[in-house]
Amino acid sequence: MKPKVLILRTAGTNCDYETDHAFQLVGGETSLVHVNQLIAGEVRLMDYQIMAIPGGFSYGDDVAAGILLANEMRYKLADSLAAYVESGRLMIGICNGFQVLVRAGLLPRLDAQGVQQTTLAMNTSAKFECRWIHLETQESNCIFTRGLKPRVYLPVAHAEGRFTAPFAVLNQIEANGQVVFRYAPTNGGTPEYPDNPNGSDRHIAGICDPTGRIFGMMPHPERFLTRLNHPRWTRESLPEDGDGLAIFQNAVDYVSELS
Amino acid sequence: MSVKQIPILNAGEAELSRISQEGLLSLNLDEMQAIQGYFAKLERNPTDVELETIAQTWSEHCVHKTFKSLIEYAEKGQEIEIVDGMFKTYIQRATEEIGAEWCVSVFTDNAGIIEFDDEYNIVFKVETHNHPSAIEPYGGAGTGIGGVIRDSLGTGLGAKPILNTDVFCFGLPDLSYDELPKGALHPKRIFKGVVSGVRDYGNRMGIPTANGAILFDPRYTGNPLVYCGNVGLIPKNRCEKSVEPGDLIVAVGGRTGRDGIHGATFSSLELDDTSESLGSVVQIGNPIMEKKIVDALMGARDRQLYRNITDCGAGGFSSAVGEMGQETGAEVHLENISLKYTALDPWEIWLSEAQERMVIAVPPENLDELMTICEAESVEATVLGTFTDTHRLRVFYCGEVVADLDMDFLHDGLPRHTKKAIWDPPQHPEPQFGQGNSTQFTEDLCRILASPNVASKEWVIRQYDHEVQGGLVLKPLVGRENDGPGDACITTPVLGSRKGVIVSNGINPKYGDIDPYHSAAAAIDEALRNIIAVGGNLEQTALLDNFSWGNPDKPDRLGGLVRSARACYDIAVAYGTPFISGKDSLYNEYRDTTTGEQLAIPPTLLISAVCVMPDVSKAVSMDVKSPGNRIYVVGKTYAELGGSHYYAIHGFIGNSAPKVRPAEGRRTMEVLSFAIDQGLVRSCHDCSEGGIGVAAAEMAFAGGLGMQLSLTDLPRDPDVTTDDVLLFSESNSRFIVEVAPEKQEAFERCMAGIYSEMVGLSPQVRQAFEKGTAGVPIGCIGTVVESGDFIVNGTDGSAIVETTIAQLKESWQGTFRW
Repeated sequence: MKPKVLILRTAGTNCDYETDHAFQLVGGETSLVHVNQLIAGEVRLMDYQIMAIPGGFSYGDDVAAGILLANEMRYKLADSLAAYVESGRLMIGICNGFQVLVRAGLLPRLDAQGVQQTTLAMNTSAKFECRWIHLETQESNCIFTRGLKPRVYLPVAHAEGRFTAPFAVLNQIEANGQVVFRYAPTNGGTPEYPDNPNGSDRHIAGICDPTGRIFGMMPHPERFLTRLNHPRWTRESLPEDGDGLAIFQNAVDYVSELS
Repeated sequence: MSVKQIPILNAGEAELSRISQEGLLSLNLDEMQAIQGYFAKLERNPTDVELETIAQTWSEHCVHKTFKSLIEYAEKGQEIEIVDGMFKTYIQRATEEIGAEWCVSVFTDNAGIIEFDDEYNIVFKVETHNHPSAIEPYGGAGTGIGGVIRDSLGTGLGAKPILNTDVFCFGLPDLSYDELPKGALHPKRIFKGVVSGVRDYGNRMGIPTANGAILFDPRYTGNPLVYCGNVGLIPKNRCEKSVEPGDLIVAVGGRTGRDGIHGATFSSLELDDTSESLGSVVQIGNPIMEKKIVDALMGARDRQLYRNITDCGAGGFSSAVGEMGQETGAEVHLENISLKYTALDPWEIWLSEAQERMVIAVPPENLDELMTICEAESVEATVLGTFTDTHRLRVFYCGEVVADLDMDFLHDGLPRHTKKAIWDPPQHPEPQFGQGNSTQFTEDLCRILASPNVASKEWVIRQYDHEVQGGLVLKPLVGRENDGPGDACITTPVLGSRKGVIVSNGINPKYGDIDPYHSAAAAIDEALRNIIAVGGNLEQTALLDNFSWGNPDKPDRLGGLVRSARACYDIAVAYGTPFISGKDSLYNEYRDTTTGEQLAIPPTLLISAVCVMPDVSKAVSMDVKSPGNRIYVVGKTYAELGGSHYYAIHGFIGNSAPKVRPAEGRRTMEVLSFAIDQGLVRSCHDCSEGGIGVAAAEMAFAGGLGMQLSLTDLPRDPDVTTDDVLLFSESNSRFIVEVAPEKQEAFERCMAGIYSEMVGLSPQVRQAFEKGTAGVPIGCIGTVVESGDFIVNGTDGSAIVETTIAQLKESWQGTFRW
């Protein structure tokens, strides 16, 4: 049976089509589900094995990026989300989805209290930017990046992507192996702007929860699924699959292995 | 909250003009008298709702009076010629004569529709939002893009928006504040506000903004131009719309407020320092509302819950309901409309251009299901009334009739204008330059690269999300460091398919200072060159025309407009590329009340092109790829420095604007397109502003490699005698092409028209090959080199440009490193 993937939508979600396409490419059975349907109980989270919160500007990112959807999850879906997480299923948040997971307290989830411990603040460049960046895959127990190559190339497109947290939290997620991706330099050294496109603390681009099953990242793996998505495919010889594909493949494989 | 009668029945000419002017109706005396006549027969005065409805329906913005008018056109010293409607004579006729079978819908719907693949068609529309952006750049530009997205959504039964394109014209960003006309915003403020407005709207909607241009000229200072375009994807079986009497009129989306009142008629006024007090004419945008409407309506469309859809743009409900019910009749109850706040007069509710509203025609039996969908997406939907079979537009407010008009009078009662147009060709001083020396040409090249029109717009482009929707295969910025200027973008709207859509634009108002005919011809040629340069074709390329002009009631302004429209016909027909949609924005003038000076914008025609590309994996980018590859110039260079950047940096305009030679140009594009399709080309760049010098420099620094070039073998007209012409002339239909040594022979044979592999060649080009007439002038002008040196040798063999790609790139990037 194909793993069932719930792609969560709400007002302002806008990367749902390509995220849906990514999961379909790797053999997921996808459904686009509006958060209103979950709140109304028309759709049950527990019918799915993977939940994806795509990029976009949920509710216009009014107040702060992702916070309104995070609050809906926190206050209107608390029980079903807790049950979903406890049951060992997968969750990925990309860009705005990452902002939602952080603000909902689902990442880095250093304890089970659901308290927000980190944030994604305004870029140091103080503006929205769309560019391709290199990532260094870290040693972690993240399900989504198992076996991923050490260096991947993906686009970012955000205004609020600067990962920041108190020192103690940063130290702890590093010690726990919860840092999944860091921005990497194009040509060696440390990744200064624009290699680190937003000024993130310790160049952190993506983190997971202690179990490795909940994962969030600012860059967009769903935007690099084939060679033709790469900005330099007309001049470089590249493999047919894009760097982002393996992240979706890992999720689907994990669920398939379990069942 | 009351309805007024406007006393026009007994008004004299002066009184009628005063009513129009004070009411911001933008109706002339003829029109006011036609209205007077209509109501005289009814033996009553119109209500304010009726008069406003007529003014909106008859506004230049909504009905394009100038393009429909009878024009008495005269060139200086020549007989008067009658142009029986510019739209009909030039634009529409071009499309009819070309008769492309892949055109699905042209000029009738909110956007043009062409075929894409077995399942989908493509829609494309470009609009202007100039006046609002002059007063309130952020809101004006944001609602500009919001409005054109609704055009796609309001085409057929609704297209999914897949790509935005934006072209802006501003005053000079470094203008001294002393020179700013009274009441005008500084160009840099307008620039930043417009970019932020487009960014925040487009990004929030999740539509990639992947194509555009930004131009600068002092004459845009008081009246900037903001062109916003949107491409949409629509299922083939959802392209037709109808209305049946009994269908419910349903408004979907945002609430109605006092914002954007008189936008339609305001756009027919010239601007001055009092315009900013008309704050209510600018609309207020909310992209998330619009995104919700798209989500809700795409669902309702796929379930076939409505029969017709249009957007509330200029003129609000008045325009939307009036147009949809034109053939049937409609009855509307204004009290049903959801308001942002109370205390709106009925005419304000009816005319408000509050954003993010669509009107659909819903068969009553589908209403419940539609409401359920809208509720699920948290979108408000309201029943306003019913389409009838009375051929009347009847508007009620709390039981009282506030408007009762014949649809026929409303849509056909507008008296046709007759306008005068004069063309008196200007004479500009012609410079006399010597041949120059190496340092001078190097410096000239760097200065042109740094000039605001040519300089890198990366600062802007990176603020737009051009990757969202995951389909972009050729980005706006290309090359070794992802920062070279791509010619056109290519997207694959159906993920998993290799079928693509190429979008490009062409615009060059500088040539219009010499002759708007050549400016328009060059704009078409440029838009098409950009399509060809990335691997597109002429066989399925459609055009959009967007004219921004000064006041057409002034014969000199209109004379240029006639010439421009005439070129559109000539060149589009010659290239076989039909117009599918277009728009005109007239009255773009700013009156400086301090000096009394009337500042008209340069006549500006934007041509946008859209091409369906069968296999995007055959695309090429403009950055050079490998040392040792050969550099060719395709197409002939003529002595055409008039309106060039080279003249501009030396303070001249000149008189020899680049001409389009359509037979030559078409053949060049067809054969080069074939060579690219055959994989014979590694990179290709169109020669436009700054000529061969700029195009070659851009290819080199984008690829991070140097070039060693010589002008000796550059194909040229015999009249070309000097190196500056070869380097900087902006002759049309030329490309620079990089070819690998192992493909050199095949490429040269192909361009000479003697290539034997003719698979995939269109019948017409095949015929040319067979007849031996497919030959295109080309010349090998040098080689890509590993080092970063950029050297050009002149015709006498000595180096006339000696620099490095680092220096060239720095010149190009330094201007807008904001």
